[in-house]
Amino acid sequence: MVNWANFLSQFFNGLVLGALLALISSGLTIIYGTLGVLNLAHGALFMLGGYAGWVAYTYSGSFIVAVIAGSLFVMLVGVLIERIVIRRFYARPPEDQLLVTFGLGIVIVETVRYFFGSLSKTVPPPPGLVGITPIGFMMYPTYRLALLGIIAAALIVLYIVLYRTRIGMIVRAGIEDSGMVDALGIDVHKVFMLVFGIGAMAAGFAGIVNAPVVSLAPDVGESILVQTFVVVVIGGVGSFPGAVLGGLIAGEIISITSMFNPGYSYVMLFVAMTLVLVLRPYGLLGAVGRE
Amino acid sequence: MPFDVMKDGVSRRRLLRGGAGLVGGAVLPMGWIAPGFADEPAMGTWPAGSQGDSVTIGATVPRTGAYAAAGEDELKGIQLAVEHINSGHDLMKKIAPKLTKGLLGKQVKLVVADSGAKPNNAVQEQQTFINQDKIVVMTGATSSAVAVALNKFAQREKILYLTGISGSNDTTGKDCVRYGFRQNFYGETAANAIGPVLIKAYGKNKKAAFMTPDYTYGHTVTKSVSEYLIKNGGWTMVTNQVSPLGTQDFSQYLTNIANSGADVIVDVNWGRDAVLSVQQAKQFGLTPKMQMVIPYQIPFLAKEVTPALTEGVYAATDFWWTLEDRFPLAKMFVAEFKKKFGYNPEWTANNGYMQFAVWARMVSGAGTFYPPAVIKEYEKGEKFDSTVGEVYFRAADHQCVHPVIIVKGKAAKDMKSPDDYWEVLEVVPGEGLMQKPDAFGCKLGSYT
Repeated sequence: MVNWANFLSQFFNGLVLGALLALISSGLTIIYGTLGVLNLAHGALFMLGGYAGWVAYTYSGSFIVAVIAGSLFVMLVGVLIERIVIRRFYARPPEDQLLVTFGLGIVIVETVRYFFGSLSKTVPPPPGLVGITPIGFMMYPTYRLALLGIIAAALIVLYIVLYRTRIGMIVRAGIEDSGMVDALGIDVHKVFMLVFGIGAMAAGFAGIVNAPVVSLAPDVGESILVQTFVVVVIGGVGSFPGAVLGGLIAGEIISITSMFNPGYSYVMLFVAMTLVLVLRPYGLLGAVGRE
Repeated sequence: MPFDVMKDGVSRRRLLRGGAGLVGGAVLPMGWIAPGFADEPAMGTWPAGSQGDSVTIGATVPRTGAYAAAGEDELKGIQLAVEHINSGHDLMKKIAPKLTKGLLGKQVKLVVADSGAKPNNAVQEQQTFINQDKIVVMTGATSSAVAVALNKFAQREKILYLTGISGSNDTTGKDCVRYGFRQNFYGETAANAIGPVLIKAYGKNKKAAFMTPDYTYGHTVTKSVSEYLIKNGGWTMVTNQVSPLGTQDFSQYLTNIANSGADVIVDVNWGRDAVLSVQQAKQFGLTPKMQMVIPYQIPFLAKEVTPALTEGVYAATDFWWTLEDRFPLAKMFVAEFKKKFGYNPEWTANNGYMQFAVWARMVSGAGTFYPPAVIKEYEKGEKFDSTVGEVYFRAADHQCVHPVIIVKGKAAKDMKSPDDYWEVLEVVPGEGLMQKPDAFGCKLGSYT
């Protein structure tokens, strides 16, 4: 006997969680697809976006300013990281890349902890999105509803950049074969820097728009990082549509399972990932040959 | 070279034995037989750890992760205690009257590592402290999973272990050890203290939804509290939402509660998990329609979620700083803590301070760091003054018999100072709240 009101509510929860995972994962997947670097500092960048936004919010009192400042700051940090550190690791083995990005993640988290402490920081939702909205089968936090729209809009913008602009075309070409792009006379290093910046910005943006839902703490990116890796594996490495699809699937699996027993929601997520790896090792929307 | 060290060690040990025996004999004429003349075989870090002019405490507290805020507060309490032991502070002497400057003439040092509230980390770090610093006592939980792991480790390594923060019944129940001592309150005492208050406030036959973190603390607290409410108030548990430690998004759990028909939410989550679940319960409109209850108080909760969300919430706790109006030692402690750290201590800091004050009392009472002698000093069960009045340790399970404080969240307009979040309703004496020492299967194990 399924409680349909509960089922619909959980389905909705899954949608919101899935959208968030999709946004963070899309940043992760385009970085990995283009640069070949698995960015373990991605969770830290997500957290950093939240804190940068919180600082901007504290000074300006405006949520919009917080979102813009949070995203741009993390993009800037992303570009700097790529220029100063990651660039030196393109030619090195993947283990080195993992270690250096893991280390960067620790540095970012502990720097934030040093300046802001361990007590959580709250960014309230913008006025007008506070409170609860009845949606037939349940009462739902208004901001979470809005978040669905905000993230959808961000994903559409990302889609347009990747699929409707010249830069996006180069980035996608870089994902397929960065050597060939280089041979065609395009400065791949600039492209790499740009991609890292955009990927980081997606994480930073997600971090600040999620802050009114889950208040900020230095460790906020840690658990989300694991989930986004699962999303990338399910969706297919380097695939932007795959990240979106994988995010939604992961969100729904976690939510629907928790209706029956929350203890199994992550088990089911990993079961799904294992199934994908067995049946379609390159992910649902990934392409054979991409690494 | 090793031979020299051994030779040196033996001679010093002899000297110490004699000295300890003299002190022990002088201060304990009828108690524990003077340890200096009894057999004191080397064990753990005895006697190497106390042969120099200092002894070391190893603390593994969570400084990262969901329990980091509480861990930092606890650590500050420990730091203040160490400072007070070394300076022979008046407050310290009120709890440990035989204390001079330093403990048995030795300065106390503190080494600290971050456990992240993970048992494996804590055990590894304490092992390092034993090897490198020859610690004579260890502390640090916040996470009963860590407490249980360090309990077993303490018994194996023969190093005294002061639990730190641990709310599970198992810590001094089925997982108790001879070498472990817990000072703070726990599931069963919290349940028996807050249960009557809840039934009186909300009435009989209510429906309760529980939110439980998925480890020994969560499960035992939920068990104790739900059993009390079911048995004495005819309440029913309509759902129990079990979440992993470190959960960020509680929407799925809260949705299940929204559809459960509950009147009351009993939130057993702790640390950041509690902050997030309380905030999100409000976002989903569950509170204030449903009443929120916190059976095991979380440091900084009201500060983090704002008093708007804790107003009218009942909670059981170990210490709240406004107890300074009732207990002279609490007044001294709060003043000293505030002077050093600039804010009023939470119960975690009080526990960190008190358990080392008690340790100083027991070591100075025993006149030696020899672990079995110190343990027997605790097991005498002498009553002594603390920041919450008179307390003592039970010999049978090494649990401190300690009052539980019932508090209720104040509305922002009723707060007299920025930290005045909770009103103390009751100080419930400890004896009546505790189970029989063997009811949870405690078998302490051997001294040596």
